[in-house]
Amino acid sequence: MSAASGVGLAVLGGSIRVSTPFLFVSLGECITEKSGRVNLGLEGTLVMGAMSGYGVAYLTQSPWVGIVAAGLVGAVLGALHAVLCARPRVNDVAVGIALMLFGIGLAFFIGKPLIDVTTPHLPALSLGWWSESEALRSALQVNALFVLGLVMTGLVSLMFRRTRWGLVLRTVGESADAARAMGYDVNRVRMLATIAGGFFAGVGGSFLSLYYPGGWSEGLSSGQGLMAVALVIFARWSPLRCLFASLLFGAASALGPALQSVGVTSGYYLFNAAPYVLTLIIIVSTSSNARALMGQPAELRIGR
Amino acid sequence: MVSGAALEPPRKLSEAAARAFHAVRAPLAAFAATLVLFGLFMAVIGRNPFAIYAQMFRGSFGTWFSCQNTLLRAAPLMLTALATAIPGRLGLVVLGGEGAFVLGGLAAAVAGDLARAHGPWGMAIAMLAAGVSVGGIWIAIAGVLRAYRGVNETIATLLMNYVAIALLNHFVEGPLRDPASLNKPSTLPIGDDNMIGPIPGLDVHWGLAWGVGACLVAWFLMNRTLFGFAARVVGGNVRAALLNGLPVARLIVIATFLGGACAGLAGSLEVAAIQGTANASLVAGYGYTGVLVAFIARQNPLAVIPVSIIIGGIGASGGLLQRGFNLPDATVNVLQGILFISILVSETLRGNAFVLRKKRPTGSPTSLTPSSASPTSPSGPGPKPKSTTAVAA
Repeated sequence: MSAASGVGLAVLGGSIRVSTPFLFVSLGECITEKSGRVNLGLEGTLVMGAMSGYGVAYLTQSPWVGIVAAGLVGAVLGALHAVLCARPRVNDVAVGIALMLFGIGLAFFIGKPLIDVTTPHLPALSLGWWSESEALRSALQVNALFVLGLVMTGLVSLMFRRTRWGLVLRTVGESADAARAMGYDVNRVRMLATIAGGFFAGVGGSFLSLYYPGGWSEGLSSGQGLMAVALVIFARWSPLRCLFASLLFGAASALGPALQSVGVTSGYYLFNAAPYVLTLIIIVSTSSNARALMGQPAELRIGR
Repeated sequence: MVSGAALEPPRKLSEAAARAFHAVRAPLAAFAATLVLFGLFMAVIGRNPFAIYAQMFRGSFGTWFSCQNTLLRAAPLMLTALATAIPGRLGLVVLGGEGAFVLGGLAAAVAGDLARAHGPWGMAIAMLAAGVSVGGIWIAIAGVLRAYRGVNETIATLLMNYVAIALLNHFVEGPLRDPASLNKPSTLPIGDDNMIGPIPGLDVHWGLAWGVGACLVAWFLMNRTLFGFAARVVGGNVRAALLNGLPVARLIVIATFLGGACAGLAGSLEVAAIQGTANASLVAGYGYTGVLVAFIARQNPLAVIPVSIIIGGIGASGGLLQRGFNLPDATVNVLQGILFISILVSETLRGNAFVLRKKRPTGSPTSLTPSSASPTSPSGPGPKPKSTTAVAA
């Protein structure tokens, strides 16, 4: 097999593998931003989710309990963000930065003893059984959480478009005054949206420690939580486009390791920077001084 | 605050005192809340908070040695804080100090190597100039994107930090690697004789003087010059600034350049005075801690100096906490995180709006009481007294 197709397969497999945390964090941020609020602290939530998911999976010997625990921890951090932002004159962008630093610090603090332990990993579905090729089979080892992410993408998309909840959420995001006039409590809707966003980000974090790269260490996250925030802007607040953007980012992240596996080691660090550069290119090309982005909730300030 | 019968001079004095008290009231409350919250956290995990605070004081300001250690850590923080604080006065949230610091250090190592023929002074000048210009250009890129493309500077600068660290790793482990550096890939050392030495009478290098000087200059620039006035108008209300014909885009680019230049200077000083070479040790979080300093100082360059010393002191005491109480090294990060959150929440106590992003509606006087807008208050519809968060589109 040629090196090029080897890299291609590795990037494909890596894309599916690496995209899962992107997908969960971006779905969560999408829900939060639809309500007109930004949570920049999801990187901290992601790291806390990774740590707590790993810890609980170790204690209960069940990765699934770990995932739920990670989601709940994320929801608590989301609630904290929502409570703080509901105070007068408190800036949601700044609170996000503070919670990011706090979450990362707390995860490193509590997670210190977890560095040396091992836990059961999440199961994977082998979708490549029909192929003779070893590389293809390993590329099509799809983890269960990715499948769950696909389901959640559809559900969130349906919720936005087809349910009363989605309508209220979008109303609050488009015009807080209109929502108030209709009798909805804007703060409560935003709080629920931020809590839901935190839950998703926590689940996304647990993927990092329970499946790939696996294990708990202080260098586990490489900014996926931050990139996911930019990714939501790229996806123009649509869950389906979040899925495609996540796969794209996953592919960019998998490029460096894939090239290294076939022996291309020069420029390793530069290839590893690919997802960040890609994110930058994307937000530069989609931003504009003259107009708000298409699909942007009108109450949201981060897109521009 | 002022008794009605007071004469002219005393009234001015008491007004100044009242204003000074007003300015420090919220941060002091936040510091107190942090001490209580962190103390509770320590008590929960079975440590004596009072013993910890006593140890922290010894490790930061208790001895002459620890004082110098504190100042040594405060010096780069003053400069990286300016990377956030200077653009902050225009209402921008720049988080790119870490990247500018790292690239400034890398540029300094390269420039120092190239200027070897010009002696220690020539090398020092070349290194600092390289750090300043590379750091400045790096953040100014984000400023240009913000000014001419409307790209969100917060996310852009955060992402650029990762790119900067990747560039450092690439050059240090690849094209610029000193073959003699085996365990820790580094650039060619600039040589002990060419390093910037300590301030006479101290063990602290000249970076401290640069930091204090930069804060003073930045304060003068932002508060006593036409540029600073224009910048603060932009920070207050972009539309008003545009209507008055202010060159908003140019102001943004200049401010981001100046901020980045400060962080780049800090990086080049780290190489020229401490490391002697560029390597992965440059990625030490000075940029992110600088963000914390800038927010505590409320983007005021003068306040950056004392806040940097306090935060530097917390960092200096981290080692003692690890050894004395068997705490992980992230303890300092937890404390800083709690402090950051408390400082932001303390803005609620203020009477005037926080100059941070676009100016929000200041709201009715009822919104001055923090308890008037409880997030879970079942007040349902109707105009709420608060008008914060994302309403100012």
